[in-house]
Amino acid sequence: MIYLLSILLFAIGLYGVLVKRNLIKIIIGLSIMEYATFLFFALVGYKKEGVAPIISKGFEEVVFVDPLPQALVLTGIVIGLSTTALLVSIAVRIYEKYKTFDIRKIKKLKG
Amino acid sequence: MKGMTIIVKTIARLISGLILLFGIYIVLHGHLTPGGGFAGGVIIAGCFIFLFLAYGSEETKNEVSKWRASLCESFGLLLFWYLAMLGIFAGTQFFLNIINKGNPFHLFSAGIIPLCNIGIGIEVGGGLFAIFIILATLKMEEKK
Amino acid sequence: MQNIPLFVTIPLCAAFLMPILGRFFKNIPDILANSTNLILFFLSLVNIGLPLTVYKVGGWGAIGGIPIGIYMVLDGFSILMLLIINLIAFLVTIYSVKYMEKFTDKTKFYTLFLLMIAGMNGVVLSGDMFNLFIFLEIASIASYTLVAFGTEAEELEAAFKYQVMGSVASGMILLGIAILYSYVGTLNMADAARIIAISGSNKLILFVSSLFLMGFGLKAAIMPFHAWLPDAHPSAPAPISAILSGVLIKVIGVYALVRILFNIIGLTVTFSYILMILAAISMIAGVLLALGQWDLKRLLAYCSISQIGYIILGIGLGTPLGILGGLFHLFNHSVFKSLLFLNSGSIDYSVGTRDLQKMGGLSEKMPITGNTSLIASMSIAGIPPFSGFWSKLIIILACIQTRHFIFAFIAVLDSILTLVLFLKVQRYAFWGKPMINIDKIKEVPKFMSIPMIILAVLCCVMGLLLLPQVRLLVLDPAVEVLKNGLEYSKLVLGG
Repeated sequence: MIYLLSILLFAIGLYGVLVKRNLIKIIIGLSIMEYATFLFFALVGYKKEGVAPIISKGFEEVVFVDPLPQALVLTGIVIGLSTTALLVSIAVRIYEKYKTFDIRKIKKLKG
Repeated sequence: MKGMTIIVKTIARLISGLILLFGIYIVLHGHLTPGGGFAGGVIIAGCFIFLFLAYGSEETKNEVSKWRASLCESFGLLLFWYLAMLGIFAGTQFFLNIINKGNPFHLFSAGIIPLCNIGIGIEVGGGLFAIFIILATLKMEEKK
Repeated sequence: MQNIPLFVTIPLCAAFLMPILGRFFKNIPDILANSTNLILFFLSLVNIGLPLTVYKVGGWGAIGGIPIGIYMVLDGFSILMLLIINLIAFLVTIYSVKYMEKFTDKTKFYTLFLLMIAGMNGVVLSGDMFNLFIFLEIASIASYTLVAFGTEAEELEAAFKYQVMGSVASGMILLGIAILYSYVGTLNMADAARIIAISGSNKLILFVSSLFLMGFGLKAAIMPFHAWLPDAHPSAPAPISAILSGVLIKVIGVYALVRILFNIIGLTVTFSYILMILAAISMIAGVLLALGQWDLKRLLAYCSISQIGYIILGIGLGTPLGILGGLFHLFNHSVFKSLLFLNSGSIDYSVGTRDLQKMGGLSEKMPITGNTSLIASMSIAGIPPFSGFWSKLIIILACIQTRHFIFAFIAVLDSILTLVLFLKVQRYAFWGKPMINIDKIKEVPKFMSIPMIILAVLCCVMGLLLLPQVRLLVLDPAVEVLKNGLEYSKLVLGG
């Protein structure tokens, strides 16, 4: 059930990329899509009655949730950040050249 | 872009040191508590961005800041690269944990992991600050 | 054994040093980048013929038979791809010493270029699914920036389109890896292959395979997912177009798709037919769309789509002869497509235009460019004795051998149409009457013509790779890995 909701979030992000006409809204839709994937990935590692996977004094023998997806999601967030930064700077430069954010008017390459 | 009022400037001067200290705390305790290099690096970058926003881009020296942030970024990456290659230089596997591992749960333990965290913290802080400066001070060409 | 991580760490070190050193000394970026790529090329030559080597990063071995660390695996297929990547990267770096004088910032160019090379080397060497994703993202993000390097209006638009589509594909790949992890419980490729072989395939594996086909298919520019390629490859500077079209779409598209489909999930008859049908559509539509273009680099980009169709057709057949043909065509296509893009860059450098209707009669003023372009065109069209003929012949024979006569007919038709296409290019660009004033046009400088001559010589002699002694060294280990798909996991886990 939880997994279905995160796939629904992925579909919302994909809708944003496909349908919206403003460049910035496309970037936001892409970010939503990536974060939905990270949410799904982190939820995969849940074990019943598990606690956060940090070993400290006195917590030696409990059931931990799976720490591997959490490490991978951290790496993925960094990748998502750099992708978004690059997209935003390209969008700012496009505004400088074309004077608009509307993708229906940015059509110099055709054929 | 212009700076903010004098209240914001005074508070920024007082608080930014605490923010930097908090960021360094998260970086250094990366092997004991949640956080580590990336989260601490973002907070360190946040400290500098806060000062930049409060004072505005006309009062701070942009070119020097951009060059220094880029230098921090390269330095952090080279530190991380050197720590990873220590394994090969000493003759064993790549990325092996070869520094003395002390007692667990103390600050100076777990081999090369705290040093890697410091490298990543410097790199992320410098990198995010450089991205912010470049995006905030982009000069639009005025075409008539 | 120790030189496996060096493929990734040496270009990373050079890329990190470049911004600091490039600020103080003017010649350092050129020397550093060229020497790095020379070292990588020699390392890849040294590794030819090694058996399957597993490198455990960080010294974390297997506990109780279950691998817990990150593995880097060097097998026959990886050796072939490393050779292709580092050879083309070295020649392109020599070419860009002179070509990139026209652009503003050579330091940043070399930094991004070395990051892309490090990412591609990492994709080929990784034995772990998430590591593959990380290096794929490094190479992709570096390539998005390099496409937008000239910051003209058209280049920025092409880079934005390329980046949005590439990020959607990466998101789908990550979703596929997440679902596969939830089913298998491990990220190591060999371990996942072992568990899938025991549990058998069900609908979840089919869903994951289709997600991977969509994601990696977009990176490889197979037909329904090709729309970014004709905008992105012409907008990049010419050496970057050569690397993008000659190496990148094969490494992060074809290599990753084939590695996951053959070695982890196992090729079924359904997927074989899907790959072959997509390949046939790519071949025909690519070359038909290319025939109507007047922009030289856009024409070459559409031609890339059709040649990738050849490679996927050969590999999708699944028989040893088909896989041999597909991999040999992969190697050949890197060489002659890079040569064609470098030629278009030379024409752009000397004449200043990419429009075919504004050139003409260049072969007397630019002899080296004209002759190497002629050799590359004859090779891509499949004329004996150049290298393209042999690989296309093997693919067509493999189609006939498995009685898929329709696909063999499509392959022959496509070859004839490619010949027509490149006769058009040669006639409008090099022969015929000059459309503009060509008195002041000179040949390109030596730094730019030496890589073109080396690539042209390779086009001529690579047919010799099919001789039995030479083939055993380079091509046969790669075919072995893909033929016995599921042996990969036994070899990696046992060693």
